Amino acid sequence: MNAIIASALLGVLMMFASWIFDNKKTHTRIALSGLLVLIIVNFLQLSGAYVISLDTKGMLAFTQFGLYVNTILFILTFLYIWLNGDEIAKIGNHAADFYALFFFILCGASILTSFNNLLMLFIGIEILSIPLYILTGADKKNLNSNEAALKYFLMGSFSTGIFLLGITFIYGATGTFQITTPIVNAATGMGREQLMLSAGLILIFASFNFKVSAAPFHFWTPDVYDGAPTVFTSFMATIVKATAIIAFVVLFHSQFKALGYAWNLLLTFVLIATLFIGNITAVFQRSVKRMLAYSSIAQVGFMLFALYGATSFAVEGILLYIMAYSLASIGLFGVLIKMKEYSFEAFNGLSKKEPLLAAMTTIFLLSLAGIPLTGGFFAKYYMLNAAVKSGVGMWLVIVAILFAAVSVYYYFKLIQAMYFADGEPAIREIEQGYKYKLLVFAILILALGILPNLFLSYLYF
Amino acid sequence: MVLLSILSIPFIAAIILLFVKPEKIANNVAIAATAITLALSIYIACNGAVNFDIAWLPSLNARFTLTADGLSKILLLLTCISFPAIFIATAKNHVNNKHQFLSLMLFTQTGLLGVFLAGDALLFYFFWELALIPVYFLCSIWGGEKRVAVTFKFFIYTFLGSLFMLIGIILVYTHTIDQSFAIQSFKQASLTFGQQLAAFALFFAAFAIKMPIFPLHTWQPDAYEQSPTAVTMVLSAVMVKMGLYGVIRWLMPLFPDAFSAHSNFVVLLSVIGILYASFIAIRQDDMKRLIAYSSIAHIGLMSAALFTNIEIGVQGTLIQLFSHGVNVLGLWIIADIIEQQTGTRSLKEMGGLAKQNPTLGILLVGFAFANIALPLTNAFIGEFLMFNGLFQFNPWIAAAAGVSVVLAAIYTLNMVQKCAYGEVSEKINKMQAPNMPAQFVLIVLFIVVVLTGVYPTPLFDLTADTLQQLFIK
Repeated sequence: MNAIIASALLGVLMMFASWIFDNKKTHTRIALSGLLVLIIVNFLQLSGAYVISLDTKGMLAFTQFGLYVNTILFILTFLYIWLNGDEIAKIGNHAADFYALFFFILCGASILTSFNNLLMLFIGIEILSIPLYILTGADKKNLNSNEAALKYFLMGSFSTGIFLLGITFIYGATGTFQITTPIVNAATGMGREQLMLSAGLILIFASFNFKVSAAPFHFWTPDVYDGAPTVFTSFMATIVKATAIIAFVVLFHSQFKALGYAWNLLLTFVLIATLFIGNITAVFQRSVKRMLAYSSIAQVGFMLFALYGATSFAVEGILLYIMAYSLASIGLFGVLIKMKEYSFEAFNGLSKKEPLLAAMTTIFLLSLAGIPLTGGFFAKYYMLNAAVKSGVGMWLVIVAILFAAVSVYYYFKLIQAMYFADGEPAIREIEQGYKYKLLVFAILILALGILPNLFLSYLYF
Repeated sequence: MVLLSILSIPFIAAIILLFVKPEKIANNVAIAATAITLALSIYIACNGAVNFDIAWLPSLNARFTLTADGLSKILLLLTCISFPAIFIATAKNHVNNKHQFLSLMLFTQTGLLGVFLAGDALLFYFFWELALIPVYFLCSIWGGEKRVAVTFKFFIYTFLGSLFMLIGIILVYTHTIDQSFAIQSFKQASLTFGQQLAAFALFFAAFAIKMPIFPLHTWQPDAYEQSPTAVTMVLSAVMVKMGLYGVIRWLMPLFPDAFSAHSNFVVLLSVIGILYASFIAIRQDDMKRLIAYSSIAHIGLMSAALFTNIEIGVQGTLIQLFSHGVNVLGLWIIADIIEQQTGTRSLKEMGGLAKQNPTLGILLVGFAFANIALPLTNAFIGEFLMFNGLFQFNPWIAAAAGVSVVLAAIYTLNMVQKCAYGEVSEKINKMQAPNMPAQFVLIVLFIVVVLTGVYPTPLFDLTADTLQQLFIK
């Protein structure tokens, strides 16, 4: 509750900040301190101290897990703004507006980590999505950005409609919006209620797939990620996506898992399609930004393994996954922002001009590829273990592994360009401080890869 | 504790080397670090079994366990002899950014030592990959003309193999009684025969690619040829042993039923590989490629003997793990000296080495004899035992594999003849002052060859406990 209220208030505060202060650097500082406040109030709730306490009639449930996810998301956002503050300031006239939008997104995110009711889920998703449409179109004079925003908005609204329809069906079948109510007779018979329940669930499933950009609902992803200003792509592809995935997992680990028969097969189909389309299409990309867009689709394919069953591997694994994936992606986008152009050739010879930057980029890529010593390895490991534990066929795990090997191909293409190709990298001047900030990301990834327990033990205290 | 220090010394040295630019100091640091590991490995080999164990990932129940039994010790010795030998022998070679090169080499050594010491499946997988990544960069940055494509093929091949192994590890892990990665728990895992077969196949994929066994070997000759010679030495002297080590440490004790069910098939593949590689080796003109194919043939013989699952054959393999490493290292160092001084690897352009540099000529002949396993050389002991095992397994297979000895004599002596004897060729004539440090290393290695050939008892003693564990229930 603390985080939801605080983030909404901070969003409003940020809006007025641009009136009072003219300096963009100040805006960034206010946003960072706002995030610190958020982290603190969230932490207070985690240790049992409520700043604000409201009776939500059971519509929200603040679990250890949800609050811990909040902490992760806030810290990631903090790191993200800390790294990218200057770049955000370069877009548009008022950086503070964007920060306000970030806070609204975080408000939606904190609802999504603690919903206990389908209506709350819906509200959370909407609060999360609408600022995103604006962020995508933030680069007002760029046609691509406008197109991406419109596309995203239209498709997003459509998927929202489907989502609402799904909720209606479920309400019709069960008579409640609560997700903790046991579903009566769910596993037996195919009466009218069961049919409505299944139909509703499938609609929600489809809409969620849209939000996390799983195939075959992924078509907006490459265009939107490509069109949006790179800083905001970085935010969308990591923190927002992580939130959506968490909400997805929470919903399908709830009572609805009793309806396994209705969507296990669908999930398998979506998972394979996502892995296939994400990985295979990424191989053929010439722009690193688009490659990252497709790779983010491919990564979602792995995250979906957490949906098969509510094992401890799935829960811990998805946390590790969003941490490792977000850190590596924010880092990579952070490097990409500094490039003059986004082709693979632009990275040629980067290791000679900027050895430290190239080394860190390599760590980010190795993590995305899931190589040991980086966080990405344990992320993938936990997912595969979760899959085996929940009794998924061995063949599915092997398919996933094969696609992981494919992903090595396109991630290493970038490493090859940086290290083994000669040329003048098309990179802008980078101040030393920026590199050290990136170094923090790289170190966090390595820490995740060697001692993931540092980050997970928190879940149980 | 001694196990932790043998692992951390090269690692720390590698990190230090990233920042030490001057070539001379970097060389000395690398040699010093590897010399310490050599001393430590001898110390470990002379003492009884040692363990090191601390908690690592409590939620997964994975522990940081290092153990050293006979099998580990013999490979520890090989690794720790190879690295200082390589560093000393190639100290004079010019390499851009040598400190980075040496640093990556030491990271590789850390990975290799970790693989040979790990007593926990997840830790084993960790080091297995850790050994691969630096080699990828070493070959791709400092290799020959086609290095990027060739190394990438090598990388994808082995990476795919290790991913399969990862699934195998998960599969066994979920069936262990106490949900742990420790090798003892893995041994007690309750697997049905079908699950054993699946897990066997998944582990085998990784090991077979690494060794490599016949149809999966295509990455190897190219990778050996294109890598900088120092890396080729590591690859063929130590790294391929990872596959054989994996078979002995994990495959044999974990899946005994699946292992015997597949032994016919794998032995057959290995023997095909031996003959295939030997025939190709005869046709090679490039010295590096010739040694590469010869190495495939030798490794094939070792894997064939292993999969017979007959004690005497396995004993032979255990000895040969060490002997083959030393022999092939000697050959590579000689090939490297010739290439560095003459700029050619083509046997056609060589000749008269024995006149130009008699010491090197003698050493070449010596290592060539070891390569064809003449009595009094170390390889004779191992190969004799391996053939013995193969013969007990199936005389016909043993006969087919036996042809490889003749073939080995053909290509090896052919190489010696073209390289060492005849008129002094134009290229060989360019060879100036002998490379003293390299020759010193060669002489030391040759002493090891002869010593272990004449008096192999220490090696037998060292491996006795491993053999006992494998064959006495």
